[in-house]
Amino acid sequence: MSRANSKRLHFGGYIDRTQSLKFKFNGRDYVGFQGDTLASALMANGVNVLSRSFKYHRPRGVQNRGYADVTSLVQIAGKNESPNVLASVQPLYEGLEAFSVNCWPSVSFDIGSIFGAFSPILPAGFYYKTFMWPNWHLFEPLIRRAAGFGKAPSQAPAGQFLNRFDYCDILVIGAGPAGLLAALTAAKSGARTVIIDEMTQPGGSLLYSKTELEGQLAIDWIARTVDELKSMDHATCLWNSTAWGYQEGNMVCVSERDPKPAELIGRNWKIWAKQVILATGAIERPIVFENNDVPGVMLCSAVMEAIQTYGVVPGKKAVLFTNNSSAYDILPYLQVAGIELAAIVDTRSDVELDTVIGTDDSNVEVLQGASIQLVIRAGRRVRGVVVHAQDSSGKEKVGKIECDLVCVSGGWNPSVHLFSQSRGTLRYDDNIASFVPDQAIQATLCAGAITGEMSLAGSLKSAVQIGSKALSRIGIEAAPISIPEVTNGDHTNYQVDAFWSSTAGHKRVKAFVDFAGDVTVFDLKLAIQEGFDEIEHLKRYTTTGMGLDQGKTANVNAIGIIAFHLDCHPSEVGTTTFRPPYTPVEFGSIAGSQAGDVVLPYRHTPMTHWHKEYGAVMYEAGARWRRPGYYLKEGESMNEAINRECYAVRNHVGIYDGSPLGKFIIRGKDTEKLLNLIYTNSFNGLKPGQGKYGLMLNEEGLIFDDGVTFRIDDDQYLLSCSTGGAPAVERKVDKLINVECPELKVIITPVTSQWANATVCGPLARQMLQSTESDIDWSREALPFMHVVEGIIAGMPVRVFRVSFTGELSFEINTPSRYGLKLWRYLIEVGQNWDICPVGSEANHVLRVEKGFLSLAHEVDGTVDPIDLGHGWIVSRKKKDFIGKRSMEIRRQNQPVRQELVGLLPKDSKQLISEGAPIAPANKQELSDGFVSACVWSGVLERTIALGVLTDGRSRFGETVLAWEQGEPLPLEVTRPIFYDAEGIRLRM
Amino acid sequence: MLLIHCPWCGVRAESEFRCTGQVKPPRSEFVHKSDEAWLEYLYQADNRRGILEEYWCHEKGCGQWFKLRRDTTTHEIMDGDTDS
Ligand SMILES: [Zn+2]
Repeated sequence: MSRANSKRLHFGGYIDRTQSLKFKFNGRDYVGFQGDTLASALMANGVNVLSRSFKYHRPRGVQNRGYADVTSLVQIAGKNESPNVLASVQPLYEGLEAFSVNCWPSVSFDIGSIFGAFSPILPAGFYYKTFMWPNWHLFEPLIRRAAGFGKAPSQAPAGQFLNRFDYCDILVIGAGPAGLLAALTAAKSGARTVIIDEMTQPGGSLLYSKTELEGQLAIDWIARTVDELKSMDHATCLWNSTAWGYQEGNMVCVSERDPKPAELIGRNWKIWAKQVILATGAIERPIVFENNDVPGVMLCSAVMEAIQTYGVVPGKKAVLFTNNSSAYDILPYLQVAGIELAAIVDTRSDVELDTVIGTDDSNVEVLQGASIQLVIRAGRRVRGVVVHAQDSSGKEKVGKIECDLVCVSGGWNPSVHLFSQSRGTLRYDDNIASFVPDQAIQATLCAGAITGEMSLAGSLKSAVQIGSKALSRIGIEAAPISIPEVTNGDHTNYQVDAFWSSTAGHKRVKAFVDFAGDVTVFDLKLAIQEGFDEIEHLKRYTTTGMGLDQGKTANVNAIGIIAFHLDCHPSEVGTTTFRPPYTPVEFGSIAGSQAGDVVLPYRHTPMTHWHKEYGAVMYEAGARWRRPGYYLKEGESMNEAINRECYAVRNHVGIYDGSPLGKFIIRGKDTEKLLNLIYTNSFNGLKPGQGKYGLMLNEEGLIFDDGVTFRIDDDQYLLSCSTGGAPAVERKVDKLINVECPELKVIITPVTSQWANATVCGPLARQMLQSTESDIDWSREALPFMHVVEGIIAGMPVRVFRVSFTGELSFEINTPSRYGLKLWRYLIEVGQNWDICPVGSEANHVLRVEKGFLSLAHEVDGTVDPIDLGHGWIVSRKKKDFIGKRSMEIRRQNQPVRQELVGLLPKDSKQLISEGAPIAPANKQELSDGFVSACVWSGVLERTIALGVLTDGRSRFGETVLAWEQGEPLPLEVTRPIFYDAEGIRLRM
Repeated sequence: MLLIHCPWCGVRAESEFRCTGQVKPPRSEFVHKSDEAWLEYLYQADNRRGILEEYWCHEKGCGQWFKLRRDTTTHEIMDGDTDS
């Protein structure tokens, strides 16, 4: 054994002394053993301070066991960097590198500890009282840096996370004695059983106990039971796995760490169980006294575990402080480890010493009716305690005892978190001075110490009973099972004094209730004085039981102390509701494989590769579709590219990929009725081959979507809608025909990705298409505006729609997706003679602004109706009903002043204005008059043009208004919202 | 997460479904009533504590709609009903 392990026994513990593991902590090299946790290895090396506390930056060491040891917070470095890891549960491995958190600049010299020196400024609710608007920005940088728990990893983890779903008959949570026996009962009876435990080894409290079952150490029984469970195919054992959330439907979320195979970092399970058995045990409770956080103050269970499991000696001379009988279990451990016991301080005054102390220890002084008031510290370690006691005549006396270890037991808190999460109710049990499960709401049963049963024999008996009960509830007969006999070391007469705190909580006394959140008795007292006398308010105001602790150690003491100050019984204070997660869970574990590109995959048109090769800068067009924004030629700027593309469409011919546009086939005898219901205008009498533009409103009478619908033949219609709006339109229409108007005999089928679309547009578009190999008559007479025709181009089946979103002569050519790229290439090739130019969505945007066409998410922002946007002409006056009609009429009953669509011409013709810039009068900045919805450079007009909505806009043409940009007023002239070909001659050519 | 019994597919996870809220009478019964009655129909929901009848759509499954009675306090699901 290396000299470095100076606090390690030469014998005992479940560690492998032949396997040394090198690791680093805060940059220094240490050696531990296989089987160590990071915390046990550090203790073995004499490292006292693992972290700095959250608020006051006080040094903190190991205090508790496992996931309750919230003060052992560290950051793991390396390839799977992780913040907020508890050293007490982190298995040691070769090369592990960890750092303390909340330490800036270092664990020994901590600038944050000035908060300790000035601590009167950090009382309960300090953050609420001080860091408020408008001065928060002054404090924020300092507080953010000093108060963060660890640092978010800078790189993605090297491995992978996965999710898994599972269904079982009986889920047992906790693999201590009760959980193992309950699981064995279930599995042996043939039930599909899952048992989980948060620690790497099953066994719970038996792992560090000297208790004997059937004449052997309890861990032998654990090993046999686990072997038996694992031998059954219908039983699943998950260790190193935390049940962190108990949700509705009897579903439990479980975070499994380091599962196999090795590439996995974690796996999050969602397990639906017919019956859940909670065997989560109990967590030892601290006692509150001044400086109860100084390294060297540890719970008895943590000391016992250090000695028994890891062979670590956490001190030389100890004082035992307890309010209950279980603490006396520690005496043989101290003896084995050679730790001198200076005194036992017991708050109870009626301890029957013979029954708790063996004859060997008769020389130990037991102070009854006594309490530790204060820990004296030297540097960052316990040096002694100040004890209040009564002498035999009942006289108060105060004494000082030297020691470097304080072993504390304040009783046991059943781990009721999951029971509470399941919405089960809790009840205060005077026998154990803590809360136990009361009424279950879901199919939940509890076995063992969670019920307040503190004897091992009792727990084992209840495990078999509860296991059988769970089985009978789901109709499985319980197989006979033998309950192992506890032959030595059981705790049959647990007795506890409801003693929470030895301090009344004076202002300068640092007596901690919640170690993770640095909440003191004074904080609770102050909050009560300020009127927060309800537990849910007290929790939030003081942060007690919030954060890392999640009530594991803090809650019951807090409730006891609050009850004391309110002069009531703890049951009257009640508990707060426990919420997930029980312990911190990595986001990656919840996300599983649903991360990065696959969370919301992009959708690509068949022509995507061509676009990219041609220099397209890809944009998202809505609904995750990718589409070219513009095509960049060498040496060209973005604006030059857009101008070039616009010029092509206005002067010869352009082509764009319109595949993402939302498309639906509607069939059925009531199609016309449906169209009349969802659009504001009439769709009566549309003949095959004809199309019509429509505006769709929501039931509130505001514009929801727009698009063109063609009647393809007698039977089917093709409805198109905006790219981004397609999913919403589908959901809306689907609900309408299935739920709201089930009498409509209509079927709607989304076909957006079934069709690729190449739109050829520009004054020479017809000439160009006439030179394709095609059976289509492209003439105006045969294929007029707003008509559709089916035909063949170069052997490919197509549908050609005469629609225009650019204001130019335009042919939207649809072909089944598999021909998309071929058709596109063919059209580009034929188009060479007309200097065809591929155009992207930026150019499309400029062209539509020139024409004053509406765009969703620009002018159509969810607050406008058709009349606002100058589309009153499309609202049928004859139809009795369409969706939105009634609400629009109600809104317009008294001729309200509305914001209306207008054109805007910046006075400075080169000035571009940001979309969304508010329009407001010069002297009344507080009242916005409208906003600029789009502003572009128009090549044909050789100036900037804009659209916007403006209060009573249509009566204000010719007026000058101000758009505000960065506090600067920019004058604009109000005009009609159309800048090019107002008569619409070009698109009807 | 709730387990929901789709009348066509059987028991599936809640994440496959979409809930569109309480079952209301058809709009045709209200669209021509008084302004107050129409607006009440449009905007008011019971938000009931207890058993609520809702429309659910098995969107990521068979795509069918059905009615479901669910207790909003316990999340207990009573039944799935296909005649919508
Ligand atoms: Zn289904």
